[in-house]
Amino acid sequence: MRLSTKHLLGIKDLTKEDIELILSTAAQFKDVLQRPVKKVPSLRDVTIVNLFYENSTRTRISFELAEKRLSADTINFTASGSSAAKGETLLDTVNNILSMKVDMVVMRHSASGAPHFLAKHIPAAIVNAGDGINEHPTQALLDALSMTEKFGHLEGLKVAIIGDIMHSRVALSNIYLLKKMGAEVVVAGPPTLIPKYITEAFGLKVEYDIRKALQWCDVANVLRIQLERQNQPLFSSLREYNLAYGISRKLLESLGKEITIMHPGPINRGVELDSDVADGPYSIVLNQVENGVAVRMAVLYLLANREN
Amino acid sequence: MKIILSEQQIALTVKRLAHQILEDHLQLKDTVIIGIQPRGTHLSDRIVHELSALVTTSSIRYGKLDITFYRDDIRKELHVPNKTDIPFGIENKNVVIIDDVLYKGRTIRAALDALLDFGRPLKVGLCVLIDRRFSREFPIQADYVGTAIDTFSSQKVKVNWKEKDQEESVVLI
Repeated sequence: MRLSTKHLLGIKDLTKEDIELILSTAAQFKDVLQRPVKKVPSLRDVTIVNLFYENSTRTRISFELAEKRLSADTINFTASGSSAAKGETLLDTVNNILSMKVDMVVMRHSASGAPHFLAKHIPAAIVNAGDGINEHPTQALLDALSMTEKFGHLEGLKVAIIGDIMHSRVALSNIYLLKKMGAEVVVAGPPTLIPKYITEAFGLKVEYDIRKALQWCDVANVLRIQLERQNQPLFSSLREYNLAYGISRKLLESLGKEITIMHPGPINRGVELDSDVADGPYSIVLNQVENGVAVRMAVLYLLANREN
Repeated sequence: MKIILSEQQIALTVKRLAHQILEDHLQLKDTVIIGIQPRGTHLSDRIVHELSALVTTSSIRYGKLDITFYRDDIRKELHVPNKTDIPFGIENKNVVIIDDVLYKGRTIRAALDALLDFGRPLKVGLCVLIDRRFSREFPIQADYVGTAIDTFSSQKVKVNWKEKDQEESVVLI
């Protein structure tokens, strides 16, 4: 029993069986995290470097905690304050780190495809922790675990992905995963943030009316408006975005049905989600964060065992 | 293929093992039973069933332990984890670990490591259905043995359980 890939570069490369194996392994790790000693010795001979070329709170802490819970040795690298600032190339940096006998690389980078590039040039196993606007596979896996826990299955589940689809690696990874697992997906948001090349490639239904999308779905995965990736204005103002596409408690209560709200964080409160929704009873945002550690433990565990 | 234990012999052996455990742990006071996942739990289910007829059932503390994350061969082979379920503390308790076959001793080595993450037991004993005496790789021996057999390392011992393998027997292949 093993994954069909050497690296976790994206959900795109995984089979349905891979996803099921990761989720079932994660469920057992979640169990480990409830014990008095929240740690197992599985990866005690494995060294992992966390390469973060882009800011991160949850993902970086979550990966580091997952590594420590597996007893791996970890090194943390952040681009600011490193020789990357002096102009060292990505490949040089990584090769230098690997020469110190590192077995796995967890990488976040603002350039889409950066981990794929590394995978071609280095022998270590690579886990993509988010690359540009391409994929964020462990986020999609933890979303899947959270939905499986809540509903018991993914097949046939109606999921609306709402907001900044264009710049969201979370959206792309989620769409790949949900399609592979047989869920129904609708994307919703302003037309300027929903590119045709995504909806056409996956044959996705698009909904420009947020109310209709919410009425249809079991789960709404609400994305962050990524102002840092927008180099031209795609909607007139945050205030207007909130009025047209923000999710308020009042809107949820007027649906006449209960839906579950997810968000990958960090939340722009009062933009895509109002505070009383983010902290309210429908939200499973903090469950997602909790599941993140278990899912990352499963991914690292399943990739670490490959024979070199 | 040679039959080591038949269905009837397994039933008798399970009865004897239950009695032997009880001899050392009267009324199972301060004793907990831990079956090793995945195959040891078939035996521990049966032993606990026998024990429950011999003591007041409320005094049996019975858990299941999965040792996958504690194995020493993770780099060689990947095993699918099963559920660990130990709904009680083992601090200062007498623990009886139950598994189907004791061979190299590596599973029990991992089980001891795993167990210690749940607390510090007073004493740990081991109960197995089959003790393959040769080729032990760790200094580990069982306290309660169904049948001890001598085998070549090229041979394989297979324990079949009704609920999983449709028949109940121990065979040497």
